[in-house]
Amino acid sequence: MNILLAILVLGSIAAIFGALLGYASIRFKVDADPIVEQLDALLPQTQCGQCGYPGCKPYAQAVADGEAINKCAPGGEDTIKKIADLMGVEVQPLDESHVQGDTTASNRPKVAFIIEEDCIGCTKCIQACPVDAIIGAAKQMHTIIIDECTGCDLCVAPCPVDCIEMRELPDTIHNWQWDLTSIPVKQLD
Amino acid sequence: MVESVIERITRGHFWDFHGGIHPPEQKMLTASKPIKQLALPKQLIIPLQQHIGREGDLLVKIGDKVLKGQALTLSTNPMVVPIHAPTSGTISAIQMSVIAHPSGLSQLCVFLDVDGADTWRKKTVCADIEQLSNSEIIEKIADAGIAGMGGAGFPTHIKVNSKPDINFLIINGAECEPYITADDLLMMEQSNAIVDGIKILDKLLTPAFILIAIEDNKPKAIKALQQASAAIEKIKVCVVPTKYPAGGEKQLIQILTGQEVPSGRLPIHTGIVMQNIATCFAINDAVRHDIPLIRRVVTVTGQALNKPQNVWALLGTPINFLLQQCAVQAIENEQQPVIMGGPMMGFSVSSELVPIVKTSNCILVPSKTEMPSAFEKESKEVECIRCGQCSDVCPSQLLPQELQWSAKAKDYPQLEKLNLSDCIDCGACAYVCPSQIPLVHYYRIAKAEIRQQQQLDLKAEKAKTRFEARKLRLEKEKTARQEKQKKAAAARKAAMNKATPEATDAKSAVAAALARVKAKKAAKSQSSTAEAQNNLAQSNELATEATNPIDEQKTQVAAAIARAKAKRILKQEAANKPISSNEPVKQTVTELLEVSQPPSNDDKKVKIAAAIAKAKAKKLSKAADAVQSVYRPESTEAEKTVTLTDKKAKIAAAVAKAKAKKKTKEARNLAGTVKNNDQDSG
Repeated sequence: MNILLAILVLGSIAAIFGALLGYASIRFKVDADPIVEQLDALLPQTQCGQCGYPGCKPYAQAVADGEAINKCAPGGEDTIKKIADLMGVEVQPLDESHVQGDTTASNRPKVAFIIEEDCIGCTKCIQACPVDAIIGAAKQMHTIIIDECTGCDLCVAPCPVDCIEMRELPDTIHNWQWDLTSIPVKQLD
Repeated sequence: MVESVIERITRGHFWDFHGGIHPPEQKMLTASKPIKQLALPKQLIIPLQQHIGREGDLLVKIGDKVLKGQALTLSTNPMVVPIHAPTSGTISAIQMSVIAHPSGLSQLCVFLDVDGADTWRKKTVCADIEQLSNSEIIEKIADAGIAGMGGAGFPTHIKVNSKPDINFLIINGAECEPYITADDLLMMEQSNAIVDGIKILDKLLTPAFILIAIEDNKPKAIKALQQASAAIEKIKVCVVPTKYPAGGEKQLIQILTGQEVPSGRLPIHTGIVMQNIATCFAINDAVRHDIPLIRRVVTVTGQALNKPQNVWALLGTPINFLLQQCAVQAIENEQQPVIMGGPMMGFSVSSELVPIVKTSNCILVPSKTEMPSAFEKESKEVECIRCGQCSDVCPSQLLPQELQWSAKAKDYPQLEKLNLSDCIDCGACAYVCPSQIPLVHYYRIAKAEIRQQQQLDLKAEKAKTRFEARKLRLEKEKTARQEKQKKAAAARKAAMNKATPEATDAKSAVAAALARVKAKKAAKSQSSTAEAQNNLAQSNELATEATNPIDEQKTQVAAAIARAKAKRILKQEAANKPISSNEPVKQTVTELLEVSQPPSNDDKKVKIAAAIAKAKAKKLSKAADAVQSVYRPESTEAEKTVTLTDKKAKIAAAVAKAKAKKKTKEARNLAGTVKNNDQDSG
C-alpha cells in the first residue's frame, strides 16, 4: 500500500513538473541562437569578407558553430579578445592569412577613393560594395560616399582600370585623439 | 522649495560642493587695470567654427569687401551659429589655418585684411525690447552668432528657447580659475549693459528668480552689479565663497540651490538655466544695438608680460598681436609656453598665429619661476602612492586614482562604471597629486577614445543595416527576375501551342530555321574547300573568286534572283504567245543573264550593274510583250509584223546588250579604282 502511495505521489509530481517544463519550453522558446547576435554585435560590420564568409553575420554564425575566432582582420586583437571572452575560449593571435591589403600600413581608418578622371563607369565596384557606398551608373563617373564607406577594400580588386585606392581619413578636430600629440602614457613599475 | 532656497540665499547661506581646491589666485596682475581698447590688427584670422556644433555655409569669397558686422557664414542648422566680420576690410584668403584647439590642427578660416576704416554695416537699433516677440529676440540672438562665452560654446539661442518652467536663471560670474579677470572687469565696467542683457533673458525664460553668482574675491564687481540690479526684485546677487571650481555649471548649481544635477542630465531638467556674464553682455549688444558677437574681453596675463591686462579683442585677432600689445618679454624664446584658457583647464597653443575665438577668455604667458611645470618637456610623473588626495578634492565625487588605472589599462567598460563622463576636466586632482601624475591628460585620452569607439559603433550599426538592406534588395531583384523569366517562357509556350495561322507560321518558321541550322552544321562538317567547290558548282560557276563567304553568299543570292526573274520572263512569254519571235528575245535575255552573272563576285558595284542589266532585260521583254499584244488581233499580217518586230527586238536587244556590257565594264573599272583607293587608304 505504502509503495503504491509513494509511486502515485512521485508519479503525480513527475507529471506536474513534466507539464510545467513542457509549457515553459513552448512559452519561452528562443527562435534564434542569441550567441550569434551577440557575436555579430562584436564584429566591426565592415562586411569585408576577409574572414572567408560573405559578411559579418555569417562569420558570427560560423564562430558560434566552432569556427576559429581569429579571422576578423578589421576587428583586430580587440575583437578577438571580446569574442574569446564571450565564447569562453583562449585568445588567439590574428590569422595573418585572412588579412588582405597592406598589413604594414598604419591602423588609421581608411576609406576608398575613386580617381575620377580614370573611372570608365563600368559599375563593377558598385556591385562589389557590400554597403552601397558607391554612387554611379553605367558609363557615368562613380564616386564614394565617405560617410558610408567601411573601408573593406572589396571594391579595389574588381576595378579594371585600378582607379580605386584606399586613403586614410584626414585628422580633424572631430576625430582627433588627445594621445596623438600630448604626452604618451607612461608605464611605471 | 524655491522659497526656502531664496530664504537661505538672502541670509547669505550657501551649500557646498564636494572637494575643490584653493590655488594661488594671481588675479591681481590684471584686476586693477581697466579693459584696454586695442588698435586694429593688420589681419584677422576668423575660423568658421568657433563653438560646439558645425560650421556654417560661407557667404563670402576671396576679394570681397566686407563691412564691420557683416555675416560671413550662414546658419543652416540649429546647431550652427554664424560668424561675422569683426571690422571692415577685404577677404584675402579662405584657407586652412591652425585654430585654438589642443590638437594644433588646422581648420578652414577666413583671412580678413583690415582696411582701418572700421566701417559698420547698417544697424537697426531697437529702442524698446518690449515690442519684440520672444521668437524675434531669439532670432536676433541666433543671427548675432552668440555661443556660450564661458568656455563650452554651446549655441545660446538653443539654451534660451527652453519650454519647461524655469525656477532659477543663474548668471555665472564666479570666474573661479586663477589669473582670469575678464568677467570681473566686464562686470565692473559694463554692469548696466549686463543687467539689460539679463532682463532680455528674463523676458525669454520667465524664471521665478534670477541669481547672479559672484565669488567673494571680486568686491568691486559685486558692488557694481548690486547697484545696477537694485531696482529689480527678482535678481539676487549671490556672493559665493571662493573655491575652485565653483564656476563649474553643476558645482555652482549645487552651491546656490543645494540640488545635484543627476549624472547624464542637463540643468534644464531640474528647472535651471545658466548663462555666463559675458554672454549676457553679448545678448544685450545683439538685441538692443544690433551688434553681433565680434569682440570679447580677453585676459592677457602672466609674469612673462610687462603689461598684463584685459583687452577688448576682436574675434580672429592672432595671439602674437595681443602679446605684442601687452609687451611680452621673451617672445623670441622658443621654449616660452603660451596657454590659452586658464592654468587649470587651458591648453598650450602650438602657433603664435592662433586666433581669438568666441570661447577664448585668457592668454597666459607664464615665466619660468611662476610655472616651472609648463617649461618641462619630460613629465615628472612617479607612481601613485594611493594617498587619496585626488578623491578628496574631486568636485564630481569620482575616484580619480581608480579612473587613472583604468584609463592606463584602456579598460573602457570599467571607466564607464566609474562615471568618467561626469569628470569636468577641472584638473583639481592633478593639482593636488604628490606624484605629479597628469591625471586629466589620461582622462582626456580615454574620453576621446570612448567617443571614437561610440562613433565606430554607430557606423558599424549603420553599415550593418545598409548591408542587410542591400542583401534584401538583391534577393528581391533575383526573385523578380526569375518571375519575369518564368512569365516570358509561359507566354512563349502558350503562343506556340495556339492553333492560329501565325502560330503555325511561327512553328514552321522555327522548324525551317532548325532545318537550316542542321544543314549548315552538316555542310560545316565537310572540308572547307569541298564546301567552296560545291557552292561554285551549284551557283553555275558564279563565285569564282569567292574569298569572303558573306559576299559569296550575297552574290549567289543576287545571281539566283536574276536567274529566277529571267526564267519567269521566258515563262511568261512562252505562255502568252507561242510565237517563234520570242527566240531572239530569249537569247538576249540569256545574254543579259550572262552579263548579269558577274565574274568578280565580291563586288557591290558589279552587283549593281547586274541589277541594272536585269532591269533592262525586264524592260526589253516588256516592250516585246507590248509589241506583240499590239499586233495580236491582226492575224492576217501576223507573219510580216512578227518578222518586223523580230528585227526591232533584235536591234533593241543588241543595243541593250552593248549598254549592259559597257555598264559592267565601267562598273568593274570603278570597282577597281575603289579597291585601289581602299588599299591606298588601308
